Amino acid sequence: MMSPMDHPTPPVSPIFGRLTIDSLPLHEPIVLVTVVVIAIGGLALLALITKYRVWGVLWHDWLTSVDHKKIGIMYIILGLVMFVRGFSDALMMRAQQAMAFGGNHGYLPPDHYNQIFTAHGVIMIFFVAMPLVAGLMNFVVPLQIGARDVSFPYLNNVSFWMTAAGAAITMISLFVGNYARTGWLAMPPLSGVVASPDVGVDYYIWGLQIAGIGTLLSGVNLIATIVKMRAPGMTLMKMPIFCWTALCTNTLIVAAFPVLTAVLALLSLDRYVGMQFFTNGLGGNPMMYVNLIWIWGHPEVYILILPAFGVYSEIVATFSSKRIFGYTSMVYATVVITILAYLVWLHHFFTMGSGASVNSFFAITTMIISIPTGAKIFNWLFTMYRGRIRFELPMMWTVAFMLTFVIGGMTGVLLAVPPADFVLHNSLFLVAHFHNVIIGGTLFGMFAGINYWWPKAFGFKLDRVWGKRSFWLWVSGFWCAFAPLYALGLMGVTRRLSHFDDTTYQPFFIVAGFGALLIAGGIACLAVQIVVSIRNREALRDVTGDPWGGRTLEWSTSSPPPDYNFAFTPVVYDNDAWWDMKQRGAVRPTTGFRAIHMPKNTGTGVFLAALSVAFGFAMIWYVWWLAAVSLVGLFAVTIGHSFFYKRDFHIPVEDVERIENARTRQLAAEGVAA
Amino acid sequence: MNAQTHEDFGGATPVFYDLDEHDHPAGGSTALGFWMYLMSDCLIFAILFACYAVLGHSYGGGPGPKQLFELPLVALNTAMLLLSSLTYGFAMLALERKGASVRAVQGWLILTGLFGLAFLCIELYEFSHLIAEGAGPQRSAFLSAFFTLVGTHGLHVTFGLIWLATLVVQLETHGIGPDNKRRLMCLGMFWHFLDVIWIGVFTIVYLMGVLA
Repeated sequence: MMSPMDHPTPPVSPIFGRLTIDSLPLHEPIVLVTVVVIAIGGLALLALITKYRVWGVLWHDWLTSVDHKKIGIMYIILGLVMFVRGFSDALMMRAQQAMAFGGNHGYLPPDHYNQIFTAHGVIMIFFVAMPLVAGLMNFVVPLQIGARDVSFPYLNNVSFWMTAAGAAITMISLFVGNYARTGWLAMPPLSGVVASPDVGVDYYIWGLQIAGIGTLLSGVNLIATIVKMRAPGMTLMKMPIFCWTALCTNTLIVAAFPVLTAVLALLSLDRYVGMQFFTNGLGGNPMMYVNLIWIWGHPEVYILILPAFGVYSEIVATFSSKRIFGYTSMVYATVVITILAYLVWLHHFFTMGSGASVNSFFAITTMIISIPTGAKIFNWLFTMYRGRIRFELPMMWTVAFMLTFVIGGMTGVLLAVPPADFVLHNSLFLVAHFHNVIIGGTLFGMFAGINYWWPKAFGFKLDRVWGKRSFWLWVSGFWCAFAPLYALGLMGVTRRLSHFDDTTYQPFFIVAGFGALLIAGGIACLAVQIVVSIRNREALRDVTGDPWGGRTLEWSTSSPPPDYNFAFTPVVYDNDAWWDMKQRGAVRPTTGFRAIHMPKNTGTGVFLAALSVAFGFAMIWYVWWLAAVSLVGLFAVTIGHSFFYKRDFHIPVEDVERIENARTRQLAAEGVAA
Repeated sequence: MNAQTHEDFGGATPVFYDLDEHDHPAGGSTALGFWMYLMSDCLIFAILFACYAVLGHSYGGGPGPKQLFELPLVALNTAMLLLSSLTYGFAMLALERKGASVRAVQGWLILTGLFGLAFLCIELYEFSHLIAEGAGPQRSAFLSAFFTLVGTHGLHVTFGLIWLATLVVQLETHGIGPDNKRRLMCLGMFWHFLDVIWIGVFTIVYLMGVLA
């Protein structure tokens, strides 16, 4: 029998668990410098917050807020901050691979390199793409369906903080101990306690488990919101496409994330208790893990792409000044993709050797997915056809997406052919493919969405010049970085290598590294774009609330919307509800306001997240007393919160009148018909 | 949302805003939301059942179900859990009765809790017995899958008991209001859901293990 206790691990102290002074990265200069820079930056941020006395505002208006708009914005900030971390990892890998040929072993030792590619994958998927997607859905969905908040506002706050707690645990691994060296799915037996006895995989497990709770709760919340809280008249087939994609994505979340939770729990039992689920002895079966993790993992990629499809659908219609082409087919395509997402997982490991018939089944279901996806592409193209297209930034990202994603989709169909996959499995061709669809699909969609809804969130547009610079650097940088990987993959280069003997590959890696630098420029321009826009906000100001000639309900209210979103709930008659209201001369009511019933803010989410970080950290380091204390704390806070029965309040009618009258005056001053 | 949707306006401008809207009572989505949570939880059990199906015959040279499981004990255990569901039903009936008494509801809930506690004690006795025999969860993949499936169910029952105790106190402090009724409905769904899972465990793990 094997239990973790039988391995020659350092003794576990009753007070500090596995923590020792050696857990700090004092001997690794690269990590140490990073830690120092982040620490200085963090302290500077805290000092600024204190200097400008914004702690109170931060706590009352943001951290404890149950307002879906603020939670959405916080998700996006989290995603962008973590993006800097994830991209730093990418740059380090590109630099290593560009130099480590023949006698040159580069600057990253293999152990560090392995942690970097694992952290890169985990962070980009769980703490960049997921928060960006969740943020956009949170911000936009209630506004688009004419609701004042989500179904469970308090739960929404908890969800955000759980995601943030997972991100925090993952980031702590940079400062204390190390991260998994297993790749982003931590496959056993490599991730088992025999091959990975230290804290790396435990950081991976607890970061994802805690964030996963947040994701699941957020999924339940948004489904309930979409099903229950649509404005009168908005039948399911009158919902904006983005709401449809959000509904399908959240259905995927609720039906897929429990699988991740379960499989990571089983891996934990193997590691902590010495069970035999995925071990090589006493009946364990590592391929069980591979199957289970991909039963979650494949739906996950559709969780990321469907909302982006929704964003493009909104943008194409708005900037072509046309109704979306083929609304019904768009909805059915989304639903079909949702269902098929569960029937393709095995294509990630055709090489398992499950035989020709099983592989054929999964190959065919995989290829079928390209049909609804292709239908969507044609719908977007037909929407643009004979439209009055305005090439604003969101539309530029959308066009770039269509060109890029089609290539990525086609290489995906190539990989779906099992004989080809036997050659390309785990090659750089695969790496190029999934970056092609995740960057070209999800990330471009998020940039399109951020540029599109920014004026709604803050009341002014983003700067076009810097936006265009970012756009061109990103798009050219993407192709420069990943086209060489396609070629290398076809030549047989496998992924996750930190050194190459054959120097003929080097030019390709240098080009890829140059592409990564272009992308770095794109990210810098994005940062400058945001700063410049905030500075020039008066010049970029939009007081109409409808800067793009929008079609859906979020554009019918002011920018930024008031806490209650809509003083009067809109009544919907058409798919493009706001467009319909404008066409038929709907008049914004300027009198007869009422007090509005809203949920109260709560700090419980912050406390739960803090306790979860403590619990996760304690479990990772075997600090059992802290784990017990924080677990009891989690129960105490949860139960304590359930004793607050009065969770709502009314925004007084005077406040509503004051806010709405200000908008009336503003619209009149601009000469805009209400 | 109480505004009417007018499809035919007869040329007049339709109503675009709901001018006569009233407060929406809290918790309108709770039943739906809680159902979705339960179904996601059901998926966790589905994965554990799948693991048991795949690994349930991987004895690793160790003992199998026929050597380990005692059906009379499990039958007693099953009876405890089913009775607890029955008494929970009586608690809900007491709740719905006109002029419902807090004491009656609390009484049935406490009885439910005692049955749940009895179930847990029997389960823990079974577990400790197995571990003492050398058939602990580390012994084989079969036993890992067994302990995890049954233990996860037991963990849910434990959470249910904590929740139940909380609600007994909250009935004392806040009486029978719409909030507590809603909470009792959710706990009820949770409790009966655990019964359904247990029927699966009893059939697939114990009956099919011993009688097959």
